[in-house]
This record gives sequence, C-alpha cells and structure tokens, in this order.
Amino acid sequence: MDWGQILDNSISAAIRPNAIIFALAAIGLNVHFGYTGLLNFGQVGFMAVGGYFAAISVLEWNVPLVVGWLVGLLAAGGWALLLGYPTLRLRADYLAIVTIAASEIFRLSVMAPTFREVTGGADGLSGFNDDWNSLNPFPSGTYGIGFLKFSAAETWAIVVGWTLVLLSVLLVYLLIRSPWGRVLKAIREDEDAVRALGKNVFAYKMQSLVLGGSFGALAGIYFVSQQASVVPSNYSTAQTFYAYVCLILGGTARIWGPVVGSMLFWAILTLTNDTLRELVANDYIPESIMDPNQVGQVRLMLVGLGLILLLVFRPQGLLGDRRELMLEPS
Amino acid sequence: MKTKVVALGALLIACVLGTAAAAGAQEPTTTTAPGATTTVPGQPVPSPTGEAVRGTLFYEDENEERQLVEGVDVTVDDAAGNEIATVTTDEEGVFEVPLPGPGSYTATIDIDTLPEDISLRDEDRATLTFDMAESRTRNLLYPLQSGEGGGGSGSSFFDRAARLFVEGVRFGLIIAMCAIGLSLIFGTTGLTNFAHGELVTFGAIVAWVFNVTWGWPFIASAIIAILISILMGFAIDRFFWRPLRDRGTGLIAMLVIAIGLGLLLRYIFQFQFGGFGEAYRQYNLQEGIEIGPVRIVPRDLIGMGISIIALVAVATFLQRTRMGKAMRAVADNKDLAESSGIDVNRVIGFVWASGAGLAALGGILQGLSEQVSFQMGFQLLLLMFAGVTLGGLGTAYGALVGSLVVGVAMEVSTLWIPTEFKTVVALSILVLVLLIRPQGILGQAERIG
Repeated sequence: MDWGQILDNSISAAIRPNAIIFALAAIGLNVHFGYTGLLNFGQVGFMAVGGYFAAISVLEWNVPLVVGWLVGLLAAGGWALLLGYPTLRLRADYLAIVTIAASEIFRLSVMAPTFREVTGGADGLSGFNDDWNSLNPFPSGTYGIGFLKFSAAETWAIVVGWTLVLLSVLLVYLLIRSPWGRVLKAIREDEDAVRALGKNVFAYKMQSLVLGGSFGALAGIYFVSQQASVVPSNYSTAQTFYAYVCLILGGTARIWGPVVGSMLFWAILTLTNDTLRELVANDYIPESIMDPNQVGQVRLMLVGLGLILLLVFRPQGLLGDRRELMLEPS
Repeated sequence: MKTKVVALGALLIACVLGTAAAAGAQEPTTTTAPGATTTVPGQPVPSPTGEAVRGTLFYEDENEERQLVEGVDVTVDDAAGNEIATVTTDEEGVFEVPLPGPGSYTATIDIDTLPEDISLRDEDRATLTFDMAESRTRNLLYPLQSGEGGGGSGSSFFDRAARLFVEGVRFGLIIAMCAIGLSLIFGTTGLTNFAHGELVTFGAIVAWVFNVTWGWPFIASAIIAILISILMGFAIDRFFWRPLRDRGTGLIAMLVIAIGLGLLLRYIFQFQFGGFGEAYRQYNLQEGIEIGPVRIVPRDLIGMGISIIALVAVATFLQRTRMGKAMRAVADNKDLAESSGIDVNRVIGFVWASGAGLAALGGILQGLSEQVSFQMGFQLLLLMFAGVTLGGLGTAYGALVGSLVVGVAMEVSTLWIPTEFKTVVALSILVLVLLIRPQGILGQAERIG
C-alpha cells in the first residue's frame, strides 16, 4: 500500500480540473437552490448545452474559441428561458422534473445518429480547441510546489479554471449582497410575501435560473475546452447529483460553500477510490467480494450514502448556517 | 438511533441481494460466433497483439425480430488502400477480420451481395473508416433495412400503426403500474420519490435471482419477488421515511434524500447483478400469434392481461374498501383525514407496500418482455414522471391515463420519426403538458405556486 501516493493524488484532486468544473456547476446550483430555492435537477443539461454549442460553433462556423464560449453561454441562457417559462409559476418539484427530463432530452438528441453530422453521435466531437492550446503561455515542462506536479497543459487549465472560479464567486458575492440578491433570498423564504410587496417573482426566478444556468454552462464549456472533446456519455444525470453533493457538503447558501465542497468532494472521492483499488490490488479485499471494475460502483454508492447522511445529520454542510436553509417546501 | 435506522435499511437490502452475488458466478457466458470464412487467397497475417474487426449483419423484419444476413462480402483495406481480406458473413451473420496491427483501416460492404429487398439504411456509409488501437477488437455497424423504408416493409401503414399501438398499450400499462405507487406516495406524503425506479428494479432482480440462480419456476419466483417487494416497501417507509417525517424533515430535503437513496440502491444492484441485461430462464423464445393485423408473443399478451387485472383490482380497491377510501382521504387532505380518526401512518405504510408491489410486478413484466438490468427502473422513472404529470400529480387514475398516453405516443411516434427519439417524444410531451395544462388531464385546476 503506497499511502504517500494515495495522499498526493487526493490532495492534487482538490485542485485539478474536475474540482473546478464541479465548483462552477455547484456555484450555479447555489444561486438556484441555495439563494432562490429553485430545484434544478438538470444542471448537467446546462453543462452539455454550453459545451456542445461552444464546440459546434467552432467546428461549423469556424469562429475563434472565445466566440464559441460566448455562443455556449448564450445558448444556456436560452435553454434556461425555455425551461423556466412553463415551470417557474408552478410548484417547486415541477421545475425539478422538467429540468431532469430536459437534460436527458438533450443528451439523447446529441447522441442520436440522425444528428451525427453536427453532433458526432455517440462518439462526440473533438478538434475544436486549437485556440486553447495556442493561448497556453506556459512552455512545456513541469510546474508545481512540493509533491504537486503538473504538466504545462494541466497548469494552464488549472490557472484558467481557478481564475474563472474566483471571478464567479466574486460575481455571486456582489449580486447576492445587492438589493436584487435580497429579493432572491426573500423569494426563497416566502414567495407570497414578496409577491404581496409588488415584486415580479416570476421575473426574479427567471433571472436566477438564467444566471445559475450560465455558471453551469461555464463549467461545461471549460470542461470541453481543457479536455479537447465533448462526449454525450459525460452528461448523465448522475453528474447533477455530484454537483448537489458538492454544494450541500460545502454549505448551501454560502459564498464559498460550493468551492470548498467541490474540493473536498474530489479529494474524498479520489481517496476512497485509490484506497479501494490498492486494497483490491494487494488482495486485502478478496476478488470474490469485489473486483477492480467494481470500485467505480462502490464510489457511486458512497456518493448516494453520503447525500443521505449529510441531509439527515448535517443539512447545513461544512460552512452552512441552518437558518439560511431552503429545505422547506415553497 | 437514526444510524440504526439507516443501517437497518442497508442490512435488509444487503440480505435480500446478498444472494445475487452467487448469481454472478454462473452468468451465462456469451457465445462467441464462429469465425467467418476467408475467400481471398493469402490469409491475412494476424497481429501478435490481436487486433481484429468484426460485425454482425442483421435487419429487423416487420415483427421487429432480428433476421441475420448470410453471404454478404465485406472487404477491409489498410490506409494505403491495400486489400487485407474479403470475408463473407456466416450463417450467424458474423464477419471477422484479424488485422496486422494498430492503424487506420477502411471496411467496405459489397452492396451487390446483399439479399433482394435488403439495403443499407444509409447508403453513403457502405465504406467505413476506423482507427484501431493496440490489442482491441472493434465492432462495425452496418444498419440494414428490409424494403425501402423502416422495419415494416410489406405491411401497410395501418398494420404498422396497429402493431405499434398494441406495443404502446403494453408499455403504457407497465408504466402505469409502476407510476400508481409514485402518484399515491406523492399524494399521501408530498414526497416526489426519485427512488421509485429502484423498487421496479428490485422486484425484477429478486425474481431473476429466484428464477435463474436458484432455478425456481418463473411464476413462483415472480410471486415471491412481489411479496418480498411489498415487505421491502413497507420496511422502507417504516424504518426510513417515517422516522424522517417524525423528525420534521422538510419535503425538499426528503426529495434530495430520495435521490441519494436511489443512487445508493442503483449501484448496489449493479454491484451485485452486474452491468449487463439478463433474461429470465423461461418464456424466452415464443412463437408470435396473429390477431388481426397484429402479431404478438403470448408472454406479452398474458402480461397485458395481468396488468389490466392488477389495475382494475387497484381501482376497485380504492373505490370500494375502507382502506382505499382512507387512502383517497389522506391524499385529499391529510389533516382532515387524521382528525376524522384515520391512522395516517398506517395508510401511508399501506401505500408504500402496495406501491412497491405494483412496481415489482411492472418490473417483472418489463424484464420478461425485454431484459432485467440494474438501471431498468431508473430508465422508467422519467417516463413515470411524464405519465403522472400528464395525468395529474397525486391522483391514481390520472397516473393510469397519463401513462397509457405516454406509452402509446412513444411507440406510435416511430411511424414518423426515428426510433432513437422515442424517449425524447415522451419527455417533450411532459414539457408541453406543463405549458398548456399544468394540472394534468384529470387533475383539478388550482393555484399552485
């Protein structure tokens, strides 16, 4: 058992692109669920819309990747309007059902052979991120402090990613402190009271859905840019629930909650994953109980169990404040 | 104390499913088809790392049954255009070409050797280019069709519509059985049970373990599985949800907990059952019987009969018995029901038990006509939501009507649009309904939100 290596992996997982992607997605969910009380169970749909539209606009219209990013963000905004319009006047769980259904509609559609020309079918798309690589200012080599070692490409991805996360956190911080943000929190607490004060609750909810969805799209766009490909199998519904675990683990309705939660989530996930793999490889767990292929399934079981235990025993997560929780029906 | 509750639940699941582990040992091995015959002189030199390309040629006849195509030539060239081999598909429709090593290749199907009336679905894709990685075997797909369009050549539009309609009703009845529990649970507790699909899978897998692992007759296995599922449903409520309700856990927190529970159960199923679809031991190969324009296998016909009987029984139960009346009362107004002397917790326990039993029956029937897999329930879940929302959330009859509409719409839509969009159709209906009539077909209009 190489504990040192496992520990190194876990700590670096907290700053690798996966943690960044889920931090961004969870920041979006924090705007929806934490501050406005909207149940978006299709955050992965926003990620997919952002990622696909960015990739397709570069490949089909030959625009620079930066324009592709904007197209992806705009598409996600449109996606939010489309989903919000029928559901935001209804009870909270309707939005949940529609968002999860819509994310599946999108995934199944891009996977369909009918659209293969544009979306690449089940194989997805690649070859759209030349700009991403040519913008990389780091000459090839190894960068890092102590045991944390990253290649030039990884360093570039990490620097861009964490810059995006910090900017997003700053934006959310400023918006939530503004009068606009206070209305969102008021909607979370008591929608009818806000309506009685003459605010257009529907419009505020819609703005919140668009904003949070854009963070989701940003996560998706960043994901495909640094990974150099976009594949439909990366957008299963489970990804949304990962983002929820990140958010609740860190602390709902807290500025840093989603970021801390995502770092912690990936560190814990890598720790359990590597430990289980080592245990299986060194025969501490006999093959008859678990083979190496089943480690991934145990990991997902732990995510489910973690979600249950968190909500039963510590719904406010690590940083949360119980009084700020939107855990009652609206 | 709460840990005890959670542990109890996990233990119960583990006990019942522990047995499935044994099943893994005797999973039927997939039969590898015999290699194809090489017709060109100069045997291809197989690579030491064993790269190969293979594929199976088949089309679906008007009854959606797979017909294998024998005697079709497929030529594989390397990147420079040198022919590696031309092979002919054997009686299983299989061709296989060992390749000299990793690299880029093209495969061309000889359209002239296809049988009469059989053509490529996409004529531009007779030549496929593919890259081989080291020591991989790659499958090539040549979708074939019989006649000019779609699977149903030779049969008129009306015949195909009738066949799809019956298939849709069958599927709709299964969704309905699964969805009634979902709707009643929502009606009585307010919980949107995102773990309901796992009750479906649970029933199907338990029946599979009895039937295949332990060799029980299918019908006995199904009955036992339904009974176990009823107990399971009751236990989940008594030892998991009821303590949470008593603690005053909010509805949204419970909803997220249901998602966690669904995730946990789904991957326990995969861990124990494996990631592949499996069939039951009996009633696999059946001759279809013709009823008018429709051809249907007896297992589906009997399955539909059982579904209808079960649904009529539920309706009678809800209308005629004291417990049924109490259920409707709790769903209508919980506080009023409680103050008129109804034991609400007992009613909810009953709803969970019967909902789980119906879900298990639905899962077993679905597993019988298609396959049992660890995520079959989750795949049904979104369709159940579509059906329940379409019919009106919280009403039992609404779930029935809505599910039938969803099932029929999914199947009949394939008359005009490609099959892969079936699910998209169902989910789009869901979104449209919310736009036009959010309370559903049978729901009562009220101001919600």
